[in-house]
Amino acid sequence: MLPIEVSGLKKHYGNLKAVDGISFTVNPGEVFGLLGPNGAGKTTTIEIMEGLRERDGGDVKVLGFDPWKNGYELHKKIGVIPQEFTFFEKTTPREAIIYYADLFNVKVNPDEILKEVLLEESAKVNFDSLSGGQKQKTGLALSLVNSPELLFLDEPTTGLDPNARRAIWEVIRGLKAKGKTIILTTHYLDEAQQLCDRVAIMDHGHIVAMGTTEEIIEQHGSGERLEIHGDEKLAEYLKANTDLQVEFNSARREIFITLRKKIDALAALAAAEQSGMEWGQIQTRQDSLDDVFVKLVTEPIGEQGEASTEEKTGKKRRR
Amino acid sequence: MVSGKRILTDFKVFSRGYLRNKFGLFFGLVFPVILILIFGAIFAGGSTGKVNIYAQNLDTGPFASPQLDIASTFLATLNDSSTITVITVNPSENFSKYLSDHSVSDGIVIPADFSANYLAGQHVNVTVYGNPTSSTSGIVSGTVGGYANGFNLNYFQTKYKDTTPAIISITPATVNTQQTKYIDFLIPGLIGFSILTSPMFSLVNISSEYKKTKLFKQLSLTPLTKMEWLASKMIWYIVLTIAGFLLMVGVGVLAFGAHVAITPWLIPFLILGPMLFAALGMLVGTVTKNPETAGVIGNIVTFPMMFLAGTFFPISSMPQYLQTFAHVLPLFYVTEGLNNAMVYGNISGTIIDIAVLGVITLVIFILAVKLFKWRED
Ligand SMILES: Nc1ncnc2c1ncn2[C@@H]1O[C@H](COP(=O)(O)OP(=O)(O)O)[C@@H](O)[C@H]1O
Ligand SMILES: [Mg+2]
Repeated sequence: MLPIEVSGLKKHYGNLKAVDGISFTVNPGEVFGLLGPNGAGKTTTIEIMEGLRERDGGDVKVLGFDPWKNGYELHKKIGVIPQEFTFFEKTTPREAIIYYADLFNVKVNPDEILKEVLLEESAKVNFDSLSGGQKQKTGLALSLVNSPELLFLDEPTTGLDPNARRAIWEVIRGLKAKGKTIILTTHYLDEAQQLCDRVAIMDHGHIVAMGTTEEIIEQHGSGERLEIHGDEKLAEYLKANTDLQVEFNSARREIFITLRKKIDALAALAAAEQSGMEWGQIQTRQDSLDDVFVKLVTEPIGEQGEASTEEKTGKKRRR
Repeated sequence: MVSGKRILTDFKVFSRGYLRNKFGLFFGLVFPVILILIFGAIFAGGSTGKVNIYAQNLDTGPFASPQLDIASTFLATLNDSSTITVITVNPSENFSKYLSDHSVSDGIVIPADFSANYLAGQHVNVTVYGNPTSSTSGIVSGTVGGYANGFNLNYFQTKYKDTTPAIISITPATVNTQQTKYIDFLIPGLIGFSILTSPMFSLVNISSEYKKTKLFKQLSLTPLTKMEWLASKMIWYIVLTIAGFLLMVGVGVLAFGAHVAITPWLIPFLILGPMLFAALGMLVGTVTKNPETAGVIGNIVTFPMMFLAGTFFPISSMPQYLQTFAHVLPLFYVTEGLNNAMVYGNISGTIIDIAVLGVITLVIFILAVKLFKWRED
């Protein structure tokens, strides 16, 4: 039995198909990422697995339980941080841990858990005075109180500064090292690459790609390409004077030449030299996860490699 | 299955959080005391001036002309005095029972044929009720006596130019009703006020905020059940209510010499009241979409009760249609019951109020628990 088995999962809100027939499994000890822009259906999916929302169709088994019907039993065995975790304002992380331990009727050493999530210094600060990262760490701490083997983290680092994000990553890596199975959602590509063994890219309720990031890039990315910094005239010249596949990116003032064979690079550079026009830096690259993400996901990417937050309505659905 | 241990665990964390939040503590305990001090000071020491006297005029005529209705003239003259305000009591009432039901002691009864006898120069007797221990009874008997003399003089001067025997005489009647002072009434009223506002506002806020911030979902992932969660909030507000009760009674008695009875009959109100309004607040927070709407609906439900359910002034002083309206406000049964138990010593009335309150609480509680969802579907 795998920790998580999802097949044909569906959930709609009125006419909106938030999750539209997705299937995946998660292996023991794996960090599995649901990656996608806002509104892709990540939270809906993860909360159905946690037994917090009822599904409309498909099968979901979490640790062998039907999460909606057997939520009360399931919850004793899983740890969860909901998106935008909050807690009682006037309660400290340490008190919160003790509160959870009493509710779960388990004996824990609060200081050990605080140490595990790198929160020792703020153990006695009221929740409403904690920084965003410390709040998130409190959530992590609470999700560990009942010693779960399976953790669900919904956007664990959204809105945090880079240092706080790195600290959370460190905690998550530590948990993985202890053999815990972790499902996390994120709209940060770097986070998925840093943490996840496997990723499912979600868009508009569908999984548009799944596998390790390398597998996804290989399956959905283009091959190697040559990039020449130059202007549109040069791009036109190359198009006219070679049989290479040439694209021009006016925003980055970059000419992309697809390399079917390595030798194509030489032809391109020779032609550029021949043109007598100015050209700058050259490099060869493969599609990164970013590039693949842009291709797969209908949502535009924001400045920081972060999926745009705006929801475009009335857009044609993929597939 | 409800677990006392989990209720206690949640109670500890909630009460500690509450005590750390100066704001809640202020509105829970300090604010009602401030209200007592302010309202008590405004109305303290009988500074309202005139004494109310309840008058039953049995001399209903018929009179050949209005000038011959001496009884009404007599009462009107009393009412014009600087010390007395006359409040008319229907002739069909049992007068002494009326006084005790209304917790008042000053009254006057004008006998039938008063006017006819007066005009005929025959002796008439007016009964003046009063509690000798009350400061107002002296004012009343003095004033009534004075005006009776005036009427006597007037009669003989106009008829006989003479000043001999009195036609109107006064018989004092002692009643033991404690005079209700405003402060006596204010204490149960403001206790009712805090029984309403603290749990109500707090639960409206918490339940809508927790829903929005997903704290309820978070809690649903622990073994805590929603019944246990609600129970712990109710217990806390019962504790807070009892503390507030002791504080307010203490201030009322020490600062203003209020006469209020502390009886075991108060206990059901101090328990059912907070339970009712905690559940009602939760209901409002549950059925509304977001904290903003919840706040608005909460105010719509709360404000009429804050003012119209007998908190700051007695129901009986309101127009009839508002009195009728007051009977649909759950808080009415709390304030009426507290008044019955603390001020009027009306135990049968108290028991009815407890029964009505119990039923309302049960209904609201069941509704709140049924509609309240830990998780969504
Ligand atoms: N409770 C809800 N009621 C109605 N629509 C919802 C609800 N929850 C989510 N949605 C909608 O479903 C879609 C998927 O949302 P969500 O699962 O939260 O996506 P993500 O977590 O990937 O941002 C969004 O368009 C969102 O507006
Ligand atoms: Mg989400």
